[in-house]
Amino acid sequence: MRHLIDPLDFTREETDRLLALAGRIIEDPAAYAHRCDGRILATLFYEPSTRTRLSFESAMMRLGGKVLGFAGADSSSATKGESVADTARMVSAYADVIAMRHFKEGAPYVASRYAGVPVINAGDGGHNHPTQTLTDLLTILRCRGKIGGTTIGLCGDLKFGRTVHSLIKALARYEDINFVFISPEELKVPGYILKEVVEPSGHPYETVRTMEEVMPRLDILYMTRVQRERFFNEEDYVRLKDSFILTRDKLRTARQDLAVMHPLPRVNEIAADVDSDPRAKYFEQARNGVYVRMALILALLGIESDILEA
Amino acid sequence: MLNIDSIENGIVIDHITAGLGMRVYELLKLDQLDTCVAIIKNARSEKYGKKDIIKIEGVMNIDLDVLGFIDTNATVCTIRGGKLVQKGKPALPKVLTNIISCRNPRCITSVEAVDQVFYLCDEKTHRYRCKYCEQEYKKEPGEGETV
Repeated sequence: MRHLIDPLDFTREETDRLLALAGRIIEDPAAYAHRCDGRILATLFYEPSTRTRLSFESAMMRLGGKVLGFAGADSSSATKGESVADTARMVSAYADVIAMRHFKEGAPYVASRYAGVPVINAGDGGHNHPTQTLTDLLTILRCRGKIGGTTIGLCGDLKFGRTVHSLIKALARYEDINFVFISPEELKVPGYILKEVVEPSGHPYETVRTMEEVMPRLDILYMTRVQRERFFNEEDYVRLKDSFILTRDKLRTARQDLAVMHPLPRVNEIAADVDSDPRAKYFEQARNGVYVRMALILALLGIESDILEA
Repeated sequence: MLNIDSIENGIVIDHITAGLGMRVYELLKLDQLDTCVAIIKNARSEKYGKKDIIKIEGVMNIDLDVLGFIDTNATVCTIRGGKLVQKGKPALPKVLTNIISCRNPRCITSVEAVDQVFYLCDEKTHRYRCKYCEQEYKKEPGEGETV
């Protein structure tokens, strides 16, 4: 039985087939509207989430399936001290597939070892968020018609941002990726990501301090939130935060086919006046999250049997 | 100079970094053996100044996998009929199960009773990561050499 716990659990080929399936769903959603009739998705969300949980629920409902679960550890048996392993075993009797978000890193992996049904990691603390990575890859593919041959600027908090680390790992498997890391010194990409992922991939990368200096060269600008609490002092935050806020004015030098992405939620790192620019793709990205999760559910349940290897 | 008899059949773990002998003894679970085991601490070493040595009499089939993690300096000598028949350095284990514990308070292993599993992420630098949260394990002073 297959699970999706780590962004690299699927091979590059499996990922490409999954993204292609998501594309077919986008083109003809009606053809998939009853593919999960009679199936149940359990959403076990031990910590709050808006987009991810609703996206999973929407995905299952759009496939004709049903959803059960909880949102918040307070409304689960975790408050009684039940282990993740026991919860996974029990829920396997109630549902055909599990999507789990947990504040402890590695909890979905534990669940996958004990569950009798496929488990999807819907975010484990600051660790992995593989369905966001699939969403990001689908968005790049839909915007550019390909994933390889892309210059991607990753901007903002590149140190703590789990979506950024997962995306770097996933992109490293494609051809001709040019990474541009745009962040303050305090929030730069961790050394182990460079040493264990980027450098072995052979892809060129550069580190810059402002987005303006690289804007004309970018195919993708992936924005992330710069959080006040990541800085040692308020002065540094105030000094640096504006460098990582995208405005319509900063987009002047960008290419017309640039795609601006953001995993959301955004706070102030993308000015509202960017939303109406056709290059702003972050809401389309959120929509893609539903389609890629539909494809994932179909693949893990074996309803689309030619996506994942046995 | 302390004299310990040579062994006729068994294993000698030589060149253990001085101070790590007891840790090796514990992790190899040598306390569970019913045979003669000698731990020699701070023996004179031309190469390292001093070293620890463990001699295990009459047993050949000890799982030595973990030794490579604790001390790559160690040498494993197999003795048969009083003669050295095999000598080698321990290999780095690919996976460590219940040998070390994850110190990341955000890791699920901090609250769930599951095996502590670490995998070798970089053979050159001897680095291991927790299978659950991927946090790198940092050795503490006295726990073995870090490269």
